[in-house]
Parts: sequence; C-alpha cells; structure tokens
Amino acid sequence: MATVDIRGVHKAFGPTKVIHGVDISIEDEEFVVLVGPSGCGKSTLLRMIAGLEQISDGEIAIGGKVVNDVAPKDRDIAMVFQNYALYPHMTVYDNMAFSLKLRKAEKALIDQRVRQAADILGLNPYLERYPRQLSGGQRQRVAMGRAIVRDPQVFLFDEPLSNLDAKLRVQMRTEIKALHQRLKTTSIYVTHDQVEAMTMADRIVVMHDGIVEQVGSPLELYDNPANTFVAGFIGSPAMNFFQGTLRRNGGIWVEAEDGTKLPAPGNVGGSDGQKVVYGVRPEHLALAGGSSGVPAKVEVVEPTGADTLVFSKIAGVHTCAVFSERHDFRPGQEIKLQPRLDVVHLFDAASGQHL
Amino acid sequence: MATAALNRTGSIVRKPLVDLLDNRNVLSVICMAPAAILLLTFLTYPLGLGVWLGFTDTKIGRPGFFIGLENYISLFDDSVFWLVVFNTLLYTTVATVLKFGLGLYLALLLNNHLPFKAILRAIILLPWIVPTVLSAIAFWWIYDAQFSILSYMLQKMGLIDQYIDFLGKPNNARASLIAANVWRGIPFVAICLLAGLQTISPSLYEAAALDGATPWQRFRHVTMPMLMPILSIVLTFSVLFTFTDFQLIYAITRGGPVNSTHLMATLAFQRAIPGGQLGEGAAIATAMIPFLVAATLSSYFGLQRRKWQQGESDG
Repeated sequence: MATVDIRGVHKAFGPTKVIHGVDISIEDEEFVVLVGPSGCGKSTLLRMIAGLEQISDGEIAIGGKVVNDVAPKDRDIAMVFQNYALYPHMTVYDNMAFSLKLRKAEKALIDQRVRQAADILGLNPYLERYPRQLSGGQRQRVAMGRAIVRDPQVFLFDEPLSNLDAKLRVQMRTEIKALHQRLKTTSIYVTHDQVEAMTMADRIVVMHDGIVEQVGSPLELYDNPANTFVAGFIGSPAMNFFQGTLRRNGGIWVEAEDGTKLPAPGNVGGSDGQKVVYGVRPEHLALAGGSSGVPAKVEVVEPTGADTLVFSKIAGVHTCAVFSERHDFRPGQEIKLQPRLDVVHLFDAASGQHL
Repeated sequence: MATAALNRTGSIVRKPLVDLLDNRNVLSVICMAPAAILLLTFLTYPLGLGVWLGFTDTKIGRPGFFIGLENYISLFDDSVFWLVVFNTLLYTTVATVLKFGLGLYLALLLNNHLPFKAILRAIILLPWIVPTVLSAIAFWWIYDAQFSILSYMLQKMGLIDQYIDFLGKPNNARASLIAANVWRGIPFVAICLLAGLQTISPSLYEAAALDGATPWQRFRHVTMPMLMPILSIVLTFSVLFTFTDFQLIYAITRGGPVNSTHLMATLAFQRAIPGGQLGEGAAIATAMIPFLVAATLSSYFGLQRRKWQQGESDG
C-alpha cells in the first residue's frame, strides 16, 4: 500500500497535447476515481501511472519513489483492463497464478494466494475453466483476482465495468467497493460514468480536456461544484442551467434571457448587471403554489416508479425536475416551480467559475 | 413441404415442377451439382487416372495393360527413386524450418510500429507476386557458374578466390535451390503470421508486462500460444507446397547434377513425359500421396481446436 503523487504531469502524443499539467496527491488506502467525458485524458493518466505510457513532463511517485523511469513490472501495481485482458489460453487458475509464476514464487505460496483470491471473489468452481467459458461478470472477477493475487501497492482500474450490462455493473460496483474496504489497497479507478464515481470514490478527480477541474469527495463536488463543467457533470439527471443577468435591485435575482425572474440566494457574490449562469439541480425544484415560483410549461412526464421526472420549459430552456411524489401533469400544462434557494448555484458566464 | 402441398389444394392446377423444386432433397442435389461436377471432372478424375496409370505399363503413344504392383516393385529397387525421396524430405524439412524461422522473425518486426510500414509490407510480398518461372530464371542467373553476381560480389569483397560452382556440385545445388525456395516462400509465411499477430490484443502484452514478463517471456507465454492455431495452418500449407515443388527445380537444375536435386514431382514428370514411361511416372507421383496424407493428418491433429478456443460448451 502506498501513496501516489502526480506532480505537474504533461502528456503529448507528437504535437497533440492531451494532458496539460495535472497535480493530484493520493493518500494511502484511498479510493480515487478519475472521471470525465471520453477524451479528457483520464485513461492516459492512468496508463502513465502504470508505466504503459511515457510521461512527457512532470513526475509520478508511488510510495514516495519517483517512478518515471521504472519499468511497469517494477512499479508494484496491478491493473484491471476494460477488456479484462485475460490470457485466453490459460485457465482461470493459471491466469491468476501467472505473475507469481513469473516471479518464481513457491508453488505452495502461489496455490495459497490463488485460492485465497478465488475465495474472496467466489471463483472457486471456475478455476479450471478457460476465459471463453465464463460470463462477463466472471471474467471481470478473474481480472480482479489476477490483481489481488499480486498483493500490489496500488490497484489501477481502467473502466472495468463498461463491458457489463447495467444490472451487473451495479452489482460489481458494490463488490469492488467492498473489496477495497476489505483489502484497503490504494486504488485509482477510471470511469466516464459519474454515478460509478459518486458511489465508489473516497475522492473524485473530475477531468476535462486534459486538466483537473476539481478534486473532492463525492458530496463536496455535488454540493459545491467549482464551475459549470463539474456542476453539469456530477449529478443525475444533470443540473439545469439558465443564462441570465444578476440583478441586485429589489432583492437578489437573476433575469433570464427572456426576462423571467429567477430567485437567487441572498448570500451570493457578483455585481449588479453581471452576466451569470444560474444552476439548479432537478431534485431541488419544488412544486409551488399561488403567486410564488417560476412558471413552467410541462412537455414530458417520465415516471420511473420511485421518482417522477418532469421535463418542462422555463424561460425558454428545457428543464428537468424530479419529484419523489407522483404527479399526473398533462403535456402543455402550466405549473410553477420553486428552486430551493440554499442550493441554487450561480456561475460567472464568462469564466464558468462559481460565484 | 406438406403444408405447401396443402395450401395448393385450393389452386386450380398443381404444378409438379414447382412441387419438385420445393422438395428439400431434390433442391440440395441441384444446388450441389455444379460443385460436384467440377470436383469430379477436375480433381477426382485426374487423381483416379493417375493412380490407375501407376498400375499399368502405359507409354506415350501406346495404351497400357494392368500390371499390378510391378511399377512399385521396380521403384523399390531403384536407387534413384530412394535418392529422390531423400532429396524431397531434405528439401521440405530444411526449407520449411528456414521459412518459418525467418518468416516469424519478419512478421514480428513488421508488427512493430515502423515508419513506412505499409510500403515495407508491400515489398515483403514482392517475391511471392513474381511468377515462379521468372524468379527461377533470375536465380539461375545468380547461380550461374561464370556470370554469378553472388560470386562476383564475394570475390570483390575478398571472401573467395574463385567463383563458386553453385549448381554444379550436389550439395551446393541443393542449398542453392533451398535458398531460392525460402526466398519465394517467406512472404506467404510472414504475411500469414503477421495477420495472426495482429489478432492478438495489445492489452494482453500490457497485462503481461505489468505481470512482470520480460519481452522473451511475453513472446513465449503470450505470442506463441496465441499464434499456434494460425501457425499450424500455415505450416500445413507450406509443407504441402514445398513437398510438391516443381517449377523452381525444373527451371533451375532440372534435377541435376546427377539427380541430386530431383524431387519426387520432377522425377515423376521426367520419367513420364520426356522419358515416355507414363506408368512409372504415375507410380512415382502416386507414391507422394502417403507422405502428403501423413503431413495433412499430423496437421489435422495439430489443428484441432485447442481447449481454450472452445466456447461456452460446458458452461
């Protein structure tokens, strides 16, 4: 187990720069998720930690030791690949034993470690099977078993669940988290799925276009997004955004582009007349009665059973609202929605930064 | 079929031809007929005729009579025949080993990220595209006793004192022909193995690298086992092509000197057509069949799907 320090890391493939200076320090025993849309550089960063990509500039240290020039096999890390990368010509047992065999470990030790890992992952009945004879979830477990057997300093996960169906993904998500709570090995997990990031991470690193947008615990990112990108990326369904102008006459409010008055919290920064982006999460819109609230025209209602998603148009913008109680709106119906003021976010329109 | 007939009971006239074509058995015979006729005419008939001729004393211009195993008995006592069998086995073995060694090496090289990769691959294929006879003539010239460019270069480099008699001495001639065959055969092996290498997922190599495998161990534990299925197919074809080689030999040495480079195919032709002994030539050609069957069978067993390639059969 070890800390991982990423200091001023850059990556360029020829003239194309993909990572523009990333600094992250990961604590011992921490589970960190790198999340971002595809092409943001998160997988490249992970592969640089693994040693599968050269570091163009900056340094990466594992357990305090700079590993820029250390070969992948000497970094004492294990990686779970998106396609699992199981050796098709080896049985499950041999797949898991391979690294120890290469290290010339004793047969008894190999056997003990493999069976232990198989126990943890429930793979005992499948040890003599070949990868082809396993289901997706079982292959996924073998890939993790191969990593566990190594007892490495750091686990690296490269979108390990993206090849599974939705139900299995949720199940394996929980299993990986439970495994981490049990083994406590420092883990770095790459995903493009913010739900995975939210549910699994101790800390989330949100990446976008080769830079780190924000680092923090899942709830920190949810409650205090640093900018519009993080605000829009974290949370499902995504936050609603309205372009507008901040007004400080007659209370604090935001004038949307079509003149609609959006109520803003009293403690907000920013000056009168400043162009802002007004953000409110779907779950923070409540049904309002009487004269209060913002007028909305219902377009689509999606009942999911637990929640009701109501898509409507506020100030000409498509808006989503989530209600835990059931509603029976008709399309075209005029309703009024009241944003919860304590969780409304205002961002500077030019920089996207939180005000 | 029954339902089709039933549906038609209401129609005014039953069409027997349509009903016949609806019959699955009739239809399958009709569909197979073109392929079957082609195979029978151009494969089975010549093969059968060849085998039959081997049991007769047919000569050119004279129909033969059935003489049983006489051709084979005389071949059994024919030292030239046994020399030719030895030549063929030597030629096939050495050429195949070299083709696979060098072909695999080339394939591994080409599988790396190289500049001008596409052009390099095209160049590799060239020896295979050139008509055999053309390259045979080129080699004949290269190996010429007086005008050999190879001897010329070696002499200019000071490595030899006098021109090498490539085709005049038995072992020189054998080595020269094997070299020519290897030169021609490498592209096929290299390109096929390259195709096999490209089906291996790069992430397997990355996983192996993280697992602590050295480049040699990666080759030994990942590349080789994953390449075995295609390797054994290519090996089978290569052995069959080499064993039955005719053009190169006939164009460069015609089997000489003193039969030292005759292969079974060239000897069969030599005795049957220029020699006129159609029966004996056919017997020699037929004698190749056991060797070819053995080679095919061994690769058939080698080719059987390995356990790890099988699907969720017992899952």
